[in-house]
Amino acid sequence: MLSKVAERIYWSARYLERAESTARLVSIYDKLLFDLPRRVNLGWYNLIVINSLEDDFNQRYSNRDERNVVKFLVGDDTNPCSIVNSLKAIRENIRTTRDVVPADTWEMVNELSMFVQDNMAQGINRSNRHEFLETIIKSCQQIVGLLFVNMMRDEGWDMMRLGQNLERADMTTRNLDAALAAMLQVEEDEYSVNSRQIIWGNMLRSLNADQQFRRTMRSSIKGTPVVTFMMGDEQFPRSISYCLNQIVARCDHLPKGKDVIECTKAIKEEIDRDLEAEEFGAEFRDDLNELQVSLGELHGLIQKTWFLSDQ
Amino acid sequence: MSIEWKDYAPGEFYDELFSAPGTPREPAKALISYLESFSDEDINSRKTAAESTIKEMGVSFTVYTEGENIDRAWPFDILPRVISKQQWDKTAAGLKQRLKALNMFIDDLYHDQNIIKDGIIPEFVLKQSTNYRKECEGFSPPFGVWAHICGTDLVRDGDGQFYVLEDNLRVPSGVSYMLENRSIMKRVIPEVFEKVNIAPVGDYPEHLFETLAELSPRDVKKPVVVVLTPGIFNSAYFEHSFLAQRMGAELVEGSDLVVGEDECVYMKTIAGLERVDVIYRRIDDMFLDPEVFHPDSVLGVPGLMRAWKAGNVALANAPGAGVADDKVVYAYVPQMIKYYLDEEPLIPNVETYLCYDDEQRAYVLDNLDKLVVKPANESGGYGMLIGPHSTKKEREHFAELIKANPRNYIAQPTLALSTAPTLVGKNKVEPRHLDLRPFVLQSRNSYVTTGGLTRVAMRKGSLVVNSSQGGGSKDTWIVDTGTGKD
Repeated sequence: MLSKVAERIYWSARYLERAESTARLVSIYDKLLFDLPRRVNLGWYNLIVINSLEDDFNQRYSNRDERNVVKFLVGDDTNPCSIVNSLKAIRENIRTTRDVVPADTWEMVNELSMFVQDNMAQGINRSNRHEFLETIIKSCQQIVGLLFVNMMRDEGWDMMRLGQNLERADMTTRNLDAALAAMLQVEEDEYSVNSRQIIWGNMLRSLNADQQFRRTMRSSIKGTPVVTFMMGDEQFPRSISYCLNQIVARCDHLPKGKDVIECTKAIKEEIDRDLEAEEFGAEFRDDLNELQVSLGELHGLIQKTWFLSDQ
Repeated sequence: MSIEWKDYAPGEFYDELFSAPGTPREPAKALISYLESFSDEDINSRKTAAESTIKEMGVSFTVYTEGENIDRAWPFDILPRVISKQQWDKTAAGLKQRLKALNMFIDDLYHDQNIIKDGIIPEFVLKQSTNYRKECEGFSPPFGVWAHICGTDLVRDGDGQFYVLEDNLRVPSGVSYMLENRSIMKRVIPEVFEKVNIAPVGDYPEHLFETLAELSPRDVKKPVVVVLTPGIFNSAYFEHSFLAQRMGAELVEGSDLVVGEDECVYMKTIAGLERVDVIYRRIDDMFLDPEVFHPDSVLGVPGLMRAWKAGNVALANAPGAGVADDKVVYAYVPQMIKYYLDEEPLIPNVETYLCYDDEQRAYVLDNLDKLVVKPANESGGYGMLIGPHSTKKEREHFAELIKANPRNYIAQPTLALSTAPTLVGKNKVEPRHLDLRPFVLQSRNSYVTTGGLTRVAMRKGSLVVNSSQGGGSKDTWIVDTGTGKD
């Protein structure tokens, strides 16, 4: 497989995952804010912070309100991670790899892009937002489903899975971080237990993980079991350990995969060490930050191994 | 209310679907009677369906305007153009004959130049050709074929006869639109395909792949065939990716390829370098290899010409094939057919005046208001003078150009291009002028597309069919009426 094609498939998968996660995050956040007691001072701007987009956002907006945050995350073409830009990137990447992905992928991506373009204005308004985001999430899942059912299990598949799992692992760290950040704003009082539960519960729902969490952990929703599940569970497809296992499996199948496998395994050991702590408070956010840096390095290594055209 | 065909008046032109108002030609009868059952609403909804299909399928072309690339939806008319199978079979034979002669001509030019020695074509025509490549002299490509893919523009004059307007032997485009037009039609009026015997067009990519695979320098079961594109900003990028996809070939850019010390071409893959056998290149000669041509070209591959001349990779079309894509050379094709094949040309040329000839130039200069003047080496409909639609100032300008460089200009009479019914505005059908670009393949065997790409000038009275200049297109049906009537 051409290095360039491999790279484009990898990025298509990453952006596809990113578009879905972003849509999910925004649609859950509403509900979270409704459920929390008014005295918990949790703002929309948090979503900007957990996605590390403060600079981009502040260059564009001075008012950190709901409308601007949603607009920025969904429809702003100056935000490299907005849904609109993710879709644009998917479209360009699929357009240039139409010979490798299933034929219908292009049409589905095209339809989704058109839907988002045509419905953006209403989609940002609160009254229609849920339906708008649901459609995006479902369309992304439809495309992923198409790839799963029809894609050849060749190197293209491996690249798709690498991108998808790396992006997922990264998104899970950001979701955990968001929940921890919110947790720190909860003051100790009679409502605090309830508030913490709401926050963790919404994070699980945003990752489509609440049922799976309950069945696996058989625990009420509390910090320690949630973090353990989201980082260490070997069966849940959005847990970081699962994503890393998938990366190792795909690398086994690819030429020259040895270094990437070693790097991935080292990150898994890092997670095991992180989980040794029993309490996950403010210091744990530093661990998550380091984990994000390690995932960034893993991306760099993937790029160096397979995509750089000056080999 | 449905379309009132009795009111459809093609006037003095040959109409593709009607021989007289209200009287459809034999191969179009079934279509027209079917369309008569459509209400205004039906037609409108089919038209809308076609537009959204085009958007969903992402059929687009790129226009450059003020330094920006704009992706536009493909302009398409849902009323097809119909040609009888009997007539098409004859035309297809003529197209194969023509490409065969052109290839023998190119091969002759880069070897002994017998056609010049025998006085059929004057030497200076060749000397001053901008597409003659000295680097190609003495090279012998497989089967003696230089132009493997040719897009021949055909027009029908008032007499209903097909004429060749030009041969595109460099990097002709449009075939993907021919294929997409058919998929659109099948989605939009599927019922008609059950009733009318329309020849399929979908086998082109297979024939293209076979044509290319035959050129492989290595005797391997699965030669590595790639499509070389200038990249996503090229106006034909849609087609490049479409063809690669349909052939199961890799779509590459220059930066994906490298020429090794063994003078073989390799592509950069995730496992390392992989040898390439055949390159279907969709970039011009001058950008192919910075070592030989434009030194600052980033589209090409350094060393590609060395690899090609060493016989380690096949290029389609071969470098230098464009020498026959010259409107002065065009004028000599009928003589070539006689000279190389000892046959009569099956499809005539449009009458052509060569400005380098004193007598013909004098005629051209006296009749600029009646003629179409074309530069010898332009494509895409640029740099032309359309006499009857020109101003005095434009004619004076062209007179100067012709006198300064007579070899570079030819002139042709203004053709009464044929018309076909075309939807304009809301449910209104009017005649519009059109041409036809079939695609011809040649390596070990020859192949001609079933019909081709019909391009139509959407503006009333206009003769310019290029999509970059407001042209649209129609599906082209080759219909077997079973009656033997045209």
